[in-house]
Amino acid sequence: MTGTRGPVPVPLETQGRNLTQDVLDLLDTKETLQSNEDFPAIPQKDIKAALDRLASRSMVEYKTNDKEQVNLTPESEGIVANGSHEFKVWKAVKEAGKIAIKELPNIVGKDSASVGQGNAFKNKWIKKDGTDLVLVATEEPEDSMQKLLKDIQESHTVSDAKQLNDLKKKKLVTVTKVITYTVTKGPKYAKEMPVEHTDLTEDLLKSGAWETANFKPYNFAALGAVQNAGALHPLMKVRQEFRNIFFSQGFVEMPTQHFVDSGFWNFDALFVPQQHPARDMQDTFFVSDPPMADKPRADPASEKQMDQMEASSQRLFATEQSKKEKKPRDFEKYWNDVKKVHEDGAFGSIGYRYKFKDEETLRLVLRTHTTAVSTWALHRLAEDPRPARYFSIDRVFRNETVDATHLAEFHQIEGVIADFGLTLGGLQRFLGDFFANMGLENLRFKPAYNPYTEPSMEIFGYHKGLKKWIEIGNSGMFRPEMLEPMGLPKDMRVYGFGLSLERPTMMKYGVSNIRELLGHKVDLSWIKEQPAVRFDKE
Amino acid sequence: MPTIAVDKAALFKELGREYTTEEFDELCFEFGIELDEDTSQSTKPEDQAQPPQLKIEIPANRYDMLCFEGIALNLKVFLEKEKLPKWQVTPPKDGQLQELHIKPETAQIRELCSGVILRGIEFTQARYDSFIALQDKLHQNLARQRTLVSIGTHDLDTVKGPFTYEALKPEEIEFVPLNQTKKMNGKELMDFYEKDKHLGRYLHIIRDSPVYPVIYDANRTVLSLPPIINGNHSKITLDTKNVLIEITATDKTKVEIVNHMLIAMFAGYAESIEAIKIVSDHNNESRISPDLSPREWKAEVDYLNNVTGLDLSPEEISKLLSKMGHDVSPSKTDKNILDVSVPITRADILHQADIMEDYSIAYGFNKLPRVYPNKTAAVSAPLPINKLADIVRLESASAGWTEVMPLILCSHEENFEWLNRVDDGATAIKLANPKTAEYQLVRTSLLPGLLKTINSNKHHAVPMKIFEVSDVGFKDETQERKSRNERHFAAAIMGKTSGFEQVHGLLDRLLLMLRSKFMTREDGLKNAALEGYWIEEVEDKTFLPGHAASIKINLGGKNHTIGVFGILHPSVLHKFELPYPVSTVEFNLEVFL
Repeated sequence: MTGTRGPVPVPLETQGRNLTQDVLDLLDTKETLQSNEDFPAIPQKDIKAALDRLASRSMVEYKTNDKEQVNLTPESEGIVANGSHEFKVWKAVKEAGKIAIKELPNIVGKDSASVGQGNAFKNKWIKKDGTDLVLVATEEPEDSMQKLLKDIQESHTVSDAKQLNDLKKKKLVTVTKVITYTVTKGPKYAKEMPVEHTDLTEDLLKSGAWETANFKPYNFAALGAVQNAGALHPLMKVRQEFRNIFFSQGFVEMPTQHFVDSGFWNFDALFVPQQHPARDMQDTFFVSDPPMADKPRADPASEKQMDQMEASSQRLFATEQSKKEKKPRDFEKYWNDVKKVHEDGAFGSIGYRYKFKDEETLRLVLRTHTTAVSTWALHRLAEDPRPARYFSIDRVFRNETVDATHLAEFHQIEGVIADFGLTLGGLQRFLGDFFANMGLENLRFKPAYNPYTEPSMEIFGYHKGLKKWIEIGNSGMFRPEMLEPMGLPKDMRVYGFGLSLERPTMMKYGVSNIRELLGHKVDLSWIKEQPAVRFDKE
Repeated sequence: MPTIAVDKAALFKELGREYTTEEFDELCFEFGIELDEDTSQSTKPEDQAQPPQLKIEIPANRYDMLCFEGIALNLKVFLEKEKLPKWQVTPPKDGQLQELHIKPETAQIRELCSGVILRGIEFTQARYDSFIALQDKLHQNLARQRTLVSIGTHDLDTVKGPFTYEALKPEEIEFVPLNQTKKMNGKELMDFYEKDKHLGRYLHIIRDSPVYPVIYDANRTVLSLPPIINGNHSKITLDTKNVLIEITATDKTKVEIVNHMLIAMFAGYAESIEAIKIVSDHNNESRISPDLSPREWKAEVDYLNNVTGLDLSPEEISKLLSKMGHDVSPSKTDKNILDVSVPITRADILHQADIMEDYSIAYGFNKLPRVYPNKTAAVSAPLPINKLADIVRLESASAGWTEVMPLILCSHEENFEWLNRVDDGATAIKLANPKTAEYQLVRTSLLPGLLKTINSNKHHAVPMKIFEVSDVGFKDETQERKSRNERHFAAAIMGKTSGFEQVHGLLDRLLLMLRSKFMTREDGLKNAALEGYWIEEVEDKTFLPGHAASIKINLGGKNHTIGVFGILHPSVLHKFELPYPVSTVEFNLEVFL
């Protein structure tokens, strides 16, 4: 919450009076002031503001007194002025000698007649005579109610609690809380407010006046000035934290700059069969315009960025041999081998054994995962198979019905490690380290199914806050049916792992609805107020 | 992933012991299935009204666990309580196999058919229900809503072979469908089931075909009209003893997988499995079905050990693999080879990688040695376009603007009409199957998202200053994917005054940070080699006339127009329902790469 910042201005003038000066003046003539007596007409908040202003400068000291005050209601004020109801009835009977009962309200008023008649009977002031009222007490009786209320009007107190309750019930009095102040001189009392400087200024420095100047006290209880700050989006802050982890582990960021991909790269090359449910209209956005992709071929723009990024490792690790042995990619062969491994089986696999449809490979989709780009990067790696680490964090699309945890768009974090002699336990070790950077330790792995990894492992971490095991991502080793058609050697193995960017961000910032995190409905104030990520400080 | 509900008490009886929910959850975790819910812990009245169930999620490729029988069997084998049965066909008593003749016309609509007979089956209500439910699960998952495969089951004693699988005109097929009393022809049947919640969704598979697939017995009794419905005549009941299963398909591999699954799951309740002679000479599919022999594999011991990081003997590996249903013996001729018999239930085994996974599951994923095998050095690098984008993002935030992240997809109106822009048909990537109008195309500009964000934040104090650095998409015939992304920067300010000079100032600031100097138009045009930027007034219907400028830049000896900024036209404000003046700037970052 943004609070009120800066000093609260104190009004110098209240109802045309300079109240602070009045307090100083009065203290010059008497030792102790009582706010309710000396300034009865000033509202409590105004007198307090003036006293605070003086007290903060040690010019006065004051004590706050809380007390209850008993006040008369309009009815009881009437009784004080004209006597109680029973007295009014007695007086009327006395004056008339005799009054018909049904006439009484017309003489003393309805209210006084009903209450007063009963009380006057009880007090034995009057009595009934047939249908008339006649006098019993001939001398003027003492009106004790009037006297009681008159006392209260002066003292504003009622000492007997039972009596006070009784009066409250009869709605003759109300009780209010009153705050008053007892004021005495403070150590720095002076007859006038000294001249004060609100701030140290250039003029004060130049003139040297700062040495003797009085500075206005600073309000240390308030927030400072609002910063006209810009802000980065929390999701992007978490993204950067993940990128830092990847960079610290030697990963190269993959060129993910195309939302549209072909069935080939998004599914077929990943050994996802053409009848897989993920390829249903229900799950994937298909593109209607442009209508169809070309068969896979070189992509110079992505190539250029990859070359640029790998220039350093190329320089560092190049040997005479590795320069020579580069074999250029053959996209035609790749496409044929992918088809073969689906349709008839190849590379030690029996395949899915179904009729592979060429047109399915050319259908354009909004990529459902960035693994499509990892596939491209791994195919490129087959030119010169060598240990490599790639990652990406970018937008992916699913034709989902939107709810609190699903959007049609989200960010996939993906990591890929290619090397010779990799083991499954090695992947677990790597992920253990990766997630330790996020404060998640003691990972567990559950066997799972994924068309392009075998083994496939769901990653579970123990969440200390939620006190339970939660699924934090997916991982596995890419299938030979995916890697070998690329031309990667059989003994090169590739880890793949992924998670969404949104889920850890929602956990981090305590967001339960993904629409409050991504999309145009996100609250700008929320964006501005989320603290830095700092996974290591969890 | 399919979720299967099984009777808790019955399953634990099969497994030979009771499990607490936590214990059973742990067993599922180790085996690779997932306990979704134990209804004995549910407070819902519908759950409390019936015996406790376990709802178990099954991996999408384990068709052999889509029913109670399969889950119980696989867990018993995993727990080493029993061995997987060896399924075998038994010849009929009279030696005469039932025959199924496939007519060539079926090739026009659904050309494959297979089948099997389960003799002497004993149904109980629970088994019968499970049998029906399994067919339903197979239809939903492996069979892709019956398009690839569909199953029909019949009481063999009500019909007479040989059977024929034909394709006839809808009007020529007449029968009483399952659980109906009225006879109808193929056409009438389509109308009859049009509104049916369950069957209506399958009609499209054959509806518009000139011929419909149909199976007859020797007396021309209709067994079924695949993939829609069976005939009522041959329906199975709790009293059925001999079940004829026919399976039609368009996919040769999946038809036999389905056959295998039904046999493996339910042959346990039958006295024998009897094959059918299929006559289908026109497409060389004549055969005796089913073939229940296991697939023989050779798995390499060093591969299995290398990938898992283990070092177990062939005998130890064999023992572990048998927990996953495989029948394994070390090869007699090659020490490095295991002879693996993969049972009919394990259609998911495609490569020795799958056997390797079974080995790791049987050993225990969480007991594997967690050792990182290599110490390969690697050199990290950020993607150049992301690095460039980060510079612009940080400078924008430093200048007091707030980053937002609207969606990439938007409606046609938001991207074009509302901005007074015209769709020339050659620019935007359009979607074929969005569920809502919000997702009709890939944005070609960052403006719609920014303006929608302001709209959603009307409660926020003005001036509101927001920016985004992200991709837009364009059609591009030169690319393999016929499209490309382009990284854009855009900012918008809404306040009591237009903020025109604010977006202009932000533009100056960012270009300064990108090492581009401000210069005059004259200088810029005179000499393209002189690097720098200038702005010039432009007519653009998105903006108020006279208050829009295009951003020109000389870079690398070339002149580029990278974007535009201005005060939004009041009609744009009206469309996006923005109460105050708004100025925007948007430009393409790619030229700075």
